[in-house]
Amino acid sequence: MSEETKHNNQPENTEETNKFPKAHLQKRTVYSPDGEKIEVDPLQDYYLQDRPERRDPRYRAVEKFLNWARSESLWILGFGTGCGSIELPPLTTPRFDAFRFGIAMRPTPRQSNLFIISGYLSIKTLKRAIRSYEQMPDPKYVVALGSCTINGGMYFDSYNTINRLDKYMPVDVYIAGCMPRPEALIAGFNKLKQKIKEGRAEGANEYVQRFDEYKANQKQIIKDWNMPDYNW
Amino acid sequence: MKEILERINQQFNCIGHEFQPENLSWVQVDKKQLVPLLSYLKHTEKFTHFVLLTAVDWIENNEFQLNYLLTNHTLHQDIAIRVMISRDEAEMETAHHLWQQIATYQREIYEMYGIDFPSSPRVHESFLLEGWDGIPPMRREFDTKKYSEETFFPRPRPEGKDPQTHMKQKLYPNEE
Amino acid sequence: MKNKLFNITPDRSKYPTIGKDGKPEIDLSSGKFVKIWQGPNHPGVTGNMSLELTLSGDEIVDAKTHVGYLHRGFEKLFERRKYIQCFPTSVRMCVPESDSNEYCLAVGTEKLAGIEVPDRAQWLRMLTLEMSRLQMLLRIVPGQGGTMGLGIGVQWGMYLRDLILDRFEELTGGRIYHMYILPGGVRGGLPDGFEARLEENLKDIEKFVHRIDNVLYQNAVFRKRAMGVGYLDPSWIDEYGVVGSNARAAGFKRDVRKDNPYLFYNQLNWEVPVKTESDIYTRARIRWYDLQVTIDLIRQILAKIPKTGDVRAKTPNVMHWKIPAGQTYVKSESSRGEFGFFMVSDGTDKPRRINLRGPSYTHAVSLLERMLINANISDVGALMVSLQTCPPEIER
Repeated sequence: MSEETKHNNQPENTEETNKFPKAHLQKRTVYSPDGEKIEVDPLQDYYLQDRPERRDPRYRAVEKFLNWARSESLWILGFGTGCGSIELPPLTTPRFDAFRFGIAMRPTPRQSNLFIISGYLSIKTLKRAIRSYEQMPDPKYVVALGSCTINGGMYFDSYNTINRLDKYMPVDVYIAGCMPRPEALIAGFNKLKQKIKEGRAEGANEYVQRFDEYKANQKQIIKDWNMPDYNW
Repeated sequence: MKEILERINQQFNCIGHEFQPENLSWVQVDKKQLVPLLSYLKHTEKFTHFVLLTAVDWIENNEFQLNYLLTNHTLHQDIAIRVMISRDEAEMETAHHLWQQIATYQREIYEMYGIDFPSSPRVHESFLLEGWDGIPPMRREFDTKKYSEETFFPRPRPEGKDPQTHMKQKLYPNEE
Repeated sequence: MKNKLFNITPDRSKYPTIGKDGKPEIDLSSGKFVKIWQGPNHPGVTGNMSLELTLSGDEIVDAKTHVGYLHRGFEKLFERRKYIQCFPTSVRMCVPESDSNEYCLAVGTEKLAGIEVPDRAQWLRMLTLEMSRLQMLLRIVPGQGGTMGLGIGVQWGMYLRDLILDRFEELTGGRIYHMYILPGGVRGGLPDGFEARLEENLKDIEKFVHRIDNVLYQNAVFRKRAMGVGYLDPSWIDEYGVVGSNARAAGFKRDVRKDNPYLFYNQLNWEVPVKTESDIYTRARIRWYDLQVTIDLIRQILAKIPKTGDVRAKTPNVMHWKIPAGQTYVKSESSRGEFGFFMVSDGTDKPRRINLRGPSYTHAVSLLERMLINANISDVGALMVSLQTCPPEIER
């Protein structure tokens, strides 16, 4: 598992640069419950092992059909990051009914292609949101909900919330409001669908292109880059 | 309630006490009298419910004020105990052996104000902030707007659309 | 002849050894324990918090809670804003039930400044608080079933909650954040025909109350998973400062509306529901009774609101309002328990310190760690919702 890790062009997270070392983040050997011996190196194993790659459409003729298919079945990652997540459950009730647009909530990032950042992001949540975003498969889209993602919103002078979301990950559609009504959310989804059908929703490729810039911004804000650790 | 205040005044040397109407009274004691007073209130006077532990920063007088709030559920009365500690050596005795939940309050006060409660469980672990290396943020000398402008990238306002100047011109067109 | 297929002898070497004090010795590098993190996302809980659990098989041996995902530094933000500017900010402290925040802040400001509120405004405040409690209970009562997989109650409850949010939108202009209660009174009176529309909604909610009894509380799977599980010992109530419906399910009759009555609750007529077996099923039942009590209270309030009168007392110019120095603590009853604001003012036009004491501060951090020991991993979600954890008010 840890034999082929290569860090291409990623800054090393060694003990000198890490201001918050923890004892359980050293290299160690653990035994799984089946008795198997596993070598674990937490700082190497939990981040992107290779740089993400750009995904270009393989068959251009079919791409229009594929874009239509992607836009008609947007699966949302069910990660409510802030205040705005309180307007997401009413979306799934029969009154506003997001399911008729093909929108479903999924618990895992590996099976979703739309990430709704609902509201403000504190530094602790930003780290996990970035990790979830990087775990989603291509093509992926990001919708930023609320005015906290645009310019900081109500918490513009807080020491723990970020002010602009598009410095840390690429955003496709902004939905303004505090909080936006479910009808506004559906209007935002319609705009996103239009953008996908025209082929302009290239958030994932933009992340690849500006990878160094995004990573530098993220590392400037997030001073403790260690992730919570399992014991095997 | 006033009898209870009299008894407390006699047993512990209170610096001040006050009875406010609507079920709230204040008692101010010295730092060393605090834990005996809490123990007396819990076991003898039946103030068994602990509500709140807060800190206030009086930077002008160079001290911190700690407030402990207790409730008596038979008399339906609250009592608040005030303790002043110096700002330079910010340390206080822990009271978590009386109520287990005080440990959480003490963790938060250590992180936000820098007041140490030695021998409180898990008090030096980070509670709300992750990766924080500045001064404790709730102290008065920490300027949060300046910190936010420097660290997070604020979006610059578009030209000519400042609401304050616009409204000033609209409401007071003749003033300069 | 013995059937080799069903010859299962447990391998005792995989079980944890019990140490001297009766607690199992936890050694993470042996293969007996697994440490996992559950969170920050939970079904049914309106916020983010994570649990660090150490498991031996299916049973939890050690638990730690981690909060701070929603920390916005409210108390520091309040020190930068004038008193009237604190109101829109304070609404967002406890996100699902936002009226308690406004009410406590307004009452604290009025106490420090010495303002009297007219009668009609007090009745309207009571109406808003009870409606807010109703929409929160409509989310929590079926939410207990939602953690165990019963989704139909959640769909009914969220739809009815939308009807109440429509009433709020008529009254105040916003669905979730109302900013209706201000120092001196409320912002405006009731629109025309409001009482009739609210009464229709209450009739629908009563039908829901009877239906959810059949679907959830008589359901065999729910009863098996909830009865006897998550026992809260009555001796922990005072040790951990448990309030609200968690305490009422353990036999303690505590309700701020009856003990220290505020507004005009002493003119209304109701009984506080109390039960003694404090497991998940009883706590869910207490909230079901709370729902019926709230509907009854709203009807009584609507009958007693005076038709004429001021809705707001005169306050000085709020942009230049200096409040004299003082310290006070005000409390009210939210659907979770005692909700209190501690306020300190120092004679300027900005507050010196405003601190919120939410009931989840002790329920979800210290009490949950104690209750999770020896619980099964599949009951963790149900336990969190039954203690009604609301992470935004833990970390403000």
